[in-house]
Amino acid sequence: MKQKLVSRRSILAGSAAAGAMGLIGLPAWAADMDWKKFAGTKLEVILAKGPRGDNLQKYAKEFTDLTGIQVEAEQVPEQQQRQKVVIELASGKPSFDVVHMSYHVQKRQFEKAGWLTDLSPFMKDPALTAPDLVESDFSAAGLQYSKNDKGQMLSLPWSVDYFILYYNKEMFQKKGIEIPKTLEEMMTAAEKLTDPKEGTFGFVGRGLRNANMTLWTNFFLNYGGEFLDAKGNILTDGPEAIEATKLYQRLLTKVAPPGVAGFNWMESMAAFTQGRAAMWIDGVGWAPPLEDPAASRMVGKVGYTIVPAGPKGQFSATYGDGLGVPQAGKNKEAAYLLCQWLVAKAQTGRLLQAGGGVPFRNSVLNDPATRGGVKMPQEWLQSVIDSGKISKLGLPVIIPVAEFRDLVGAALTATLSGADPATELKKAHEQFRPILERSEKT
Amino acid sequence: MSTHLEPVGADAPPGREWRPPSYWPFVIPALVVVLAVIVFPWVFTIWMSLNEWKVGSPTTFVGLANYLRLPQDPRFVEAVGHTLVYTALSVLLPLVFGTFAAVVFNANFAGRGLIRGIFIMPMMATPVAIALVWTMMFHPQLGVLNYLLSLVGIPPQLWVFHPGTVIPSLVLVETWQWTPLVMLIVLGGIAAIPTEPYESAQIDGANHWQMFRYITLPLVMPFLFIAAMIRMIDAVKSFDIIFAITQGGPGSASETINLYLYSVAFSYYDLGYGSAIAVMLFLLVVALAALLLYLRQRATWTEIGAGA
Repeated sequence: MKQKLVSRRSILAGSAAAGAMGLIGLPAWAADMDWKKFAGTKLEVILAKGPRGDNLQKYAKEFTDLTGIQVEAEQVPEQQQRQKVVIELASGKPSFDVVHMSYHVQKRQFEKAGWLTDLSPFMKDPALTAPDLVESDFSAAGLQYSKNDKGQMLSLPWSVDYFILYYNKEMFQKKGIEIPKTLEEMMTAAEKLTDPKEGTFGFVGRGLRNANMTLWTNFFLNYGGEFLDAKGNILTDGPEAIEATKLYQRLLTKVAPPGVAGFNWMESMAAFTQGRAAMWIDGVGWAPPLEDPAASRMVGKVGYTIVPAGPKGQFSATYGDGLGVPQAGKNKEAAYLLCQWLVAKAQTGRLLQAGGGVPFRNSVLNDPATRGGVKMPQEWLQSVIDSGKISKLGLPVIIPVAEFRDLVGAALTATLSGADPATELKKAHEQFRPILERSEKT
Repeated sequence: MSTHLEPVGADAPPGREWRPPSYWPFVIPALVVVLAVIVFPWVFTIWMSLNEWKVGSPTTFVGLANYLRLPQDPRFVEAVGHTLVYTALSVLLPLVFGTFAAVVFNANFAGRGLIRGIFIMPMMATPVAIALVWTMMFHPQLGVLNYLLSLVGIPPQLWVFHPGTVIPSLVLVETWQWTPLVMLIVLGGIAAIPTEPYESAQIDGANHWQMFRYITLPLVMPFLFIAAMIRMIDAVKSFDIIFAITQGGPGSASETINLYLYSVAFSYYDLGYGSAIAVMLFLLVVALAALLLYLRQRATWTEIGAGA
């Protein structure tokens, strides 16, 4: 009893702090469940470096106050984190109790290897789960990512990444150009905004092999493309893919800065923030540095909107990350409590307000108090909400995602130095098909 | 040896019994280390290359299937080509420049020590740090290289951002960093050449080029072979500079065997196939080293110089 009082007090303290940030309302938890049940446990967490990782490390103390569970969290740069996690999980003795995973790269691989604990029984257990955590609160994309084909929840969706269009308001005003609604309009606008003599270009985006796939798939989806047919065959050499590639090629060769073939998001962002590119399509998560007065000259000059429509539709290529508990972990329940706390309103609300991530949970995204505290421009928030409505997974859910991105990505990069889209896609497709077949056959 | 010991008499047999095993305790530590860190990994790599070995799936023995995949894998075939071109250029250029630099630094002039010191500085820096600096210099809009070109009226280049120029650009970095090493080796060789041949050549009226071509070059040839061998082994397995600057791009235009191997093993988690590629890389290094040794053998008449 005494313990419970302490826990309530700390929740009150926590929510008072949260209230200062614009959060209203006491979390509905603490009713039935006992957060203190696993007090004294120590959890190891492996995180990909970024705002989500910062969020946990910054507020881990609040979790410890609430539950008595110690958290040791380590942030590792994304690429290395993915490798480390896979190697440790494959060894059967992971050093971590909670794993931060990239759905768009790792979902199938983790499922097929059976590395993750099924969290569904935990979610049904009122002693372990706060009443507001229900499956239906997660967006469709979130459930697509977290559930396997048997309907088990293998992870909790944490943060979603939508692709949006960033544009330079000043450059558009100067030329009196409307914000494009379709990809063709975008191309025309970009042509008008390009002036190589001045060193300004209409568009910038990822050209670097592998990284470029995330941009291209958004075009592919808007041209009506689907990644897999009913039999699981990959479909990236069809007419939709060729059309999307032609657009990609035109944009990145005619109206983008030279050298774009080597650009990842970082170089693209640099070109955009220096006012050398008028438009940029990438994930929503890059807004905070653009709006940070200490780091950016673009504060207040950036416009945000959804990715323009293609001839066959308008989608926002969607990626995301989640939190899982390894099957081989020792403190599964305690680890689940941490995952649950991280995806709950208080934490994901803070994430959204700082622009460091977008919750998969509708109850957080639609909460007026949470929305009110968002420090990013309202246009940004609107683009997030609108993108959520047209969200579609940006990469095929297969095991060899990395090979797929490398092979098709190399084909795309090749088109930037003049290669023919259809030929290159065909070649990549021929190379990739046997790899996919090999990986899915067993 | 035994014939000497026999006359000593009765004491000898026990000594002989104990002597042979007595060196084992001294050999074992080194043997264990060699077995553990060289032989075992090698045997295990070969074993992995004979299996379908993917992280997260059970392994199955597949014989030579991984090796049979290699010739049909266009990325591997291309990677072999890139490796050969990259290696040839980054052996040849440092050798040419390094020999030239050695001849220059062998001459006596004011401030020679200081300039020599400055010249070998690139060698001391960390390749990844260098690579990051060069990446900035290669930048088509913001890089200093295009600015320098613009001063002499040459239009901006794409350097590492174009498939056609990426390998030469990378070789430029490699050359810049490793010319000093070749210079040091060759300088050592030149210092070991006696002065008499030059004196007699001068009496015979030879010019500088003739002295270099017919005296210096043949006499430092053994040193050049050593330098070429070191450079070759280094260039074939070069990874850091390429990975840090282009990651094998644009597309796969600068993907060498080593980079492809890294992708296969650590991004695609296909350890079996990756091991097969590693074995091929090893064979390539051995083959190239053997070729150089063979060439050196054929040039044995220069051994006079090596003796000096």
